[in-house]
Amino acid sequence: MTAFFQSLGMSYEWAWFVATICGILLIALPLMLAVAMVIYVDRKVLGAIMLRRGPNVVGPFGILQSFADGLKVFLQETIIPSAANKGLFLIAPIITFAVALLAWAVIPFNSGAVLADINVGLLYVLAISSLGVYGVVIAGWASNSKYPFFSAMRAAAQMISYEVSIGFILICVVLWAGSFNMNDIIEAQRGHGLGFVNGFAFNLLLFPMWVMFFISSLAETARAPFDLTEAESELVAGYQTEYSSMSFALFWLGEYANVLLMCMLNAVLFFGGWLPPFEWEPLYWIPGWIWLFGKTFLFFFMFSWIWATVPRFRYDQLMRLGWKVFLPLSLLFVVLISGYLMLTRFAV
Amino acid sequence: MIHVFAFYLFAVLTIGSGAVTILARNPVHSVLWLILAFFNAAGLMVLAGAEFIAMLLVIVYVGAVAVLFLFVVMMLDIDFAELRAGFVKNFPLGILIAIVLLAEIVLGLSAYRAGALELGTPDGSAAAIAGASNIESIGALLYGRYLFLFEAAGIILLVAMVGAIVLTHRERTDTRDQDIAKQIARRPDEATINTRPDIGKGIQL
Repeated sequence: MTAFFQSLGMSYEWAWFVATICGILLIALPLMLAVAMVIYVDRKVLGAIMLRRGPNVVGPFGILQSFADGLKVFLQETIIPSAANKGLFLIAPIITFAVALLAWAVIPFNSGAVLADINVGLLYVLAISSLGVYGVVIAGWASNSKYPFFSAMRAAAQMISYEVSIGFILICVVLWAGSFNMNDIIEAQRGHGLGFVNGFAFNLLLFPMWVMFFISSLAETARAPFDLTEAESELVAGYQTEYSSMSFALFWLGEYANVLLMCMLNAVLFFGGWLPPFEWEPLYWIPGWIWLFGKTFLFFFMFSWIWATVPRFRYDQLMRLGWKVFLPLSLLFVVLISGYLMLTRFAV
Repeated sequence: MIHVFAFYLFAVLTIGSGAVTILARNPVHSVLWLILAFFNAAGLMVLAGAEFIAMLLVIVYVGAVAVLFLFVVMMLDIDFAELRAGFVKNFPLGILIAIVLLAEIVLGLSAYRAGALELGTPDGSAAAIAGASNIESIGALLYGRYLFLFEAAGIILLVAMVGAIVLTHRERTDTRDQDIAKQIARRPDEATINTRPDIGKGIQL
């Protein structure tokens, strides 16, 4: 895109600047639209599984429901509790929302179609996703109220626990791909299974890693069955209890943007990203971003399916799963995979 | 130009938020300012071309260590009047520590300038292997030249971790542990019985 703006007679610096701004808008605006649609899909899928209709009033098939909800919260009054720490109370949803948008900078949407093609791409995603907890923790503390505070404590412990095993899982992927760059990781999956299946999930050593990554991404985004941070039967609405209007909506948007990001990471790291599922020429006629979005949507469907099906975990069970099951298992697989690679790829 | 601007922005924000970390009266605010300082330090690392270190700084310090700080500090029950009373008492000690730290910085910087320590040359030319990415350079150094030091650091951390666990661990006999495997292995026919007791007899469980 920089070259295009340069051809309009700009100097390189200005062309780069304008191209980057355009790239950010090209990612952020469709992302917001996608979040609105995905909330609708979530409710529709839940409705279908629970044998009810779901949203069906606003627009054809209720497709504009999210926009109506958005308008509604936009017109509401922002209520700040008198005991709250005002500045932090208002900053917290902004942090959640901004952090949810940040990580999209390194996601490759097609061959070379990435905003920031940095060689520490995966580490960047890990770094940004580890920031997500701050919005929740600050919100819980600044609300100065019991239930949000419990929720914040839970969120902090939960996200740290699952980040550790996610880190080890990502190390397995990086070891196999030989790079931290997201595009290189996708390229490394070309023809990975039997020479024609694209994706690390078709590797016997990496498949268990994908299962663990999928469950960990549920926990990392605090989706059911790990939605203990907003367990409505115990904590009212968790850290969102004191929030209203746009500050509440920002949490909501940020949360779903994070869910989409995790679905996309599943697709990029284990299912070949923008590569078609099989190495077959006609499949390449469909543009790469459609494959990527299709895979992401599939994982999102699985997220809502799980939400509708599985009962909520108890808190100690969540901690047990993270520290006593996933951590040793992922550590074992780091050893197994590096050992296998030493025997085969790096054998002297 | 943009480099210079970014450097001064990050540097000023680092020092500024570091200062506010000490000056803020509310400890939670202090931790949050500290996080901002970590962030800007990571920005400075990016400017120095050490993007791997920058990412690790964010992942380890901001993502894990500071969350634990925040976790602990949020649960403190703070009496602000008492805190301010302690300030006057601890003032001389604080000044002493500040002087020691200042002396260390001056000594370290001048030693680095003089090249007495083999940390790299002051002009930064020993920063990375030419042509290799950041991660490869660090990997080659850590697992090549400094392998034994690196392993020793790992063992020290392991010993510290084991020590911390041993010191704080206590065997508890009064808790009722949940045996997940046993629960899953349990089948309906061994968990329930179907009887027809005589009237007024009841059943033996």
